[in-house]
Amino acid sequence: MLATMKIEEFPAIWYQAANCGGCSISIFNSVSPGIENILIDEIIPGKHINLRFHTTIMAAEGNAAIRLLENSKKDNKDNYILIVEGAIPTAKNGTYGTTVNKDGRRISMATQLQSLAQDASVIIALGTCAAFGGIAAAQPNPTGCMGVDQFLNARRITTPLINVPGCPPHPDWFTGTIASLLLYGLPKPEELDEYKRPKAFYGKPIHENCPRRAYFEEGKFATSFGEPGCLNELGCKGPVTYADCPLRKWNNGINWCIGAGSPCIGCCEPGFPDLVSPFYQKLNATSLPL
Amino acid sequence: MTKIVIEPVTRIEGHLRIEVITENNEIKEARSSGTLFRGLEIILQGRDPGDAPIYTQRICGLCTASHSMASALTLDSAFGIADEIPDNGRILRNLILGAAHIADHILHFYHLAILDYVDMTRIANYDGGDSTLNSIKRLAEADELRLFTAGYEGDYRLSDKANMELVAHYIKALEMRRKAQEMLSIFGGKMPHNMAIVPGGVTATPTTDKMLSFLWRLNELRDFINNVYIPDILTIAEAYSDYFKIGAGCGNLLSYGNFELDDEKRFLNSGTVSTELKLSPLDIDKIWEQVKYSWYASSTTGRQPRQAETKPEPNKKGAYSWIKAPRYDGKAYEAGPLARIMVNYANGNQVVKNLVDSALAQFKLSPKVMFSVFGRHIARALYTKLVADAMPAWLLQLRPEEPAYIKSTVPEQATGMGLIEAARGALGHWIEIKDHKIANYQCITPSTWNLSPKDDRGQPGPMEQALIGTKMKDENTPLEIGRIIRSFDPCLACAVHLITPKGGNIDTLHIT
Repeated sequence: MLATMKIEEFPAIWYQAANCGGCSISIFNSVSPGIENILIDEIIPGKHINLRFHTTIMAAEGNAAIRLLENSKKDNKDNYILIVEGAIPTAKNGTYGTTVNKDGRRISMATQLQSLAQDASVIIALGTCAAFGGIAAAQPNPTGCMGVDQFLNARRITTPLINVPGCPPHPDWFTGTIASLLLYGLPKPEELDEYKRPKAFYGKPIHENCPRRAYFEEGKFATSFGEPGCLNELGCKGPVTYADCPLRKWNNGINWCIGAGSPCIGCCEPGFPDLVSPFYQKLNATSLPL
Repeated sequence: MTKIVIEPVTRIEGHLRIEVITENNEIKEARSSGTLFRGLEIILQGRDPGDAPIYTQRICGLCTASHSMASALTLDSAFGIADEIPDNGRILRNLILGAAHIADHILHFYHLAILDYVDMTRIANYDGGDSTLNSIKRLAEADELRLFTAGYEGDYRLSDKANMELVAHYIKALEMRRKAQEMLSIFGGKMPHNMAIVPGGVTATPTTDKMLSFLWRLNELRDFINNVYIPDILTIAEAYSDYFKIGAGCGNLLSYGNFELDDEKRFLNSGTVSTELKLSPLDIDKIWEQVKYSWYASSTTGRQPRQAETKPEPNKKGAYSWIKAPRYDGKAYEAGPLARIMVNYANGNQVVKNLVDSALAQFKLSPKVMFSVFGRHIARALYTKLVADAMPAWLLQLRPEEPAYIKSTVPEQATGMGLIEAARGALGHWIEIKDHKIANYQCITPSTWNLSPKDDRGQPGPMEQALIGTKMKDENTPLEIGRIIRSFDPCLACAVHLITPKGGNIDTLHIT
């Protein structure tokens, strides 16, 4: 029955490296489409993302799971979407993160990912760790973690890359990026910003659309949590963070960081966390855009 | 003798490797080893103490709210404001933590554990009208079940009807766990990685409309817990009742207690309990971390957590894990919902006692069977109900528009400790502040307790002990191993090995 419907299949592999699982949990929170639709249905009529490997939810384990991974790679060479969650540990030949034994030796995440990246048609670096190194690569970066872009550049791998950062990323940013790939193919250069993020989601600073913006203009600043006012004095990184959180909001549009009285911590930026912390310390005037 | 290797163990948080040595189909030896090290404790050194909840949440994207809570309590104590948190702050923290635990436990049962008992391929017989189930059916008919492709054929015992119903509930539960996270975000800002829990309380201010919105999501979740989750777990337990005798583990349970109430007591008490249900008070000074078999410098072994150090040594001889081995009074202790429930059962908590006794009544079993694979699952479901049932009263104690936060300053020097129950069990954070900065930060997570390797005296960790002695039906379909492991709800990027016994020929059996 499936064969007669001529559904265009987009095979996908979800690879977890030095991660915390939060990116996956965030994508599980997708509302329309729901995660069940992403896993099962054609999320665009006639087009289906065929997710074949995701260790957090897949039924198979052990060698059966590894066989699914290897066959998905082999059968779909240059034709699968690789979704990477987590940074890649590279210090000490990758010994801080290993995945399987092969020929009596531990295989590092770095080795496995390099091979997966070479044969993918496009890579989505999902979350700030995969995109830029994130928390895993925070100083003193004890495990030599890096984001996918840096990792690929060092190995001269030229597979197209889209960064979908955020700690965690919003599920819409992921599903929107996938839908765009399914409908229109690879993004045009002008559709991504200088950090390879889709401008559709990361085009404007938080500060520009913040519902507390009027307080900023009036010079009314909160000095303690729970007070009305712009959160600038409490360390808000909204002026230097590019994401559509104030318009889209989180968890089915129910709330977002600033909606809960907390300053933005800049989690979508390449400088997260080192350049945007201490999180509750006021930004330097020089780093504020006008 | 046969060596069975399972890597990766899927449907857990993180990367896990299992090796077991069997003889005559019985597991003889086990070795548990975590193979991913990120070094969050090292990253925290020198940073602003107030940032710790943001960093420590990123230890784990599932237990994230629990880490923010443990971290905030640690800082409250270090900043000297533990007694000054406004009631609104205390209650909102409890509501955020409770919502997180509901989401986590639904996710664990339906999306991580259930495929050990439910056969997704039988969906091909479905003849109902649900569009999602029909979509799965079409995949099954095309022999293209994708992520749901089972690893093994074998010991699946549910009737077609029960099996089908559980597949439908798997899908329904995706929606319910999402709604639990939405409920959390009403006060937490977003999830995963909430932004509201900070030292001094919570950044959000409660309002009546938000309270109502929280309450009605909670009502929907309580319906699901009472009418779907608990009945489902009992249905599976009945079909797999031998799992009340499998995976007993080390027989020692430890809980820090949870949810501070207005009388400075906790909703659930702390303590330790043995298989004889003998309750003892918790004494934190009896916790020591050992690293003989972990990839950390041997000079750091045998420390109490507040003096612990994290000095990685990836090539250390004889070591086999990134997980340290915490021990209580020199012995391995299991953490988790089972510990929470049995500590309070032994403590005479009547609500807990009624819940456990009535769940076991249909099987005509005594509470001692709770030390088992299904004991852990049932305890987790009963705990979910216990918390969800208590939350409406907490919610109504909030005072709308009143403060939930008290300001504080970072002292030049201080130490602090925060002990709570994460969804997966006892979670402790310890901080040492010098020059207003973090000098040392240490966490002992529940999975550190449960998945720990051998200690300095060679005693295996709790999950290793739960595996050892298990009789396997068929070594080619080692379902028992996965069922035992997932009953602990492991939540660390980790790997488990089984020890190579001295002497004897070992054939490696790769499961296909």
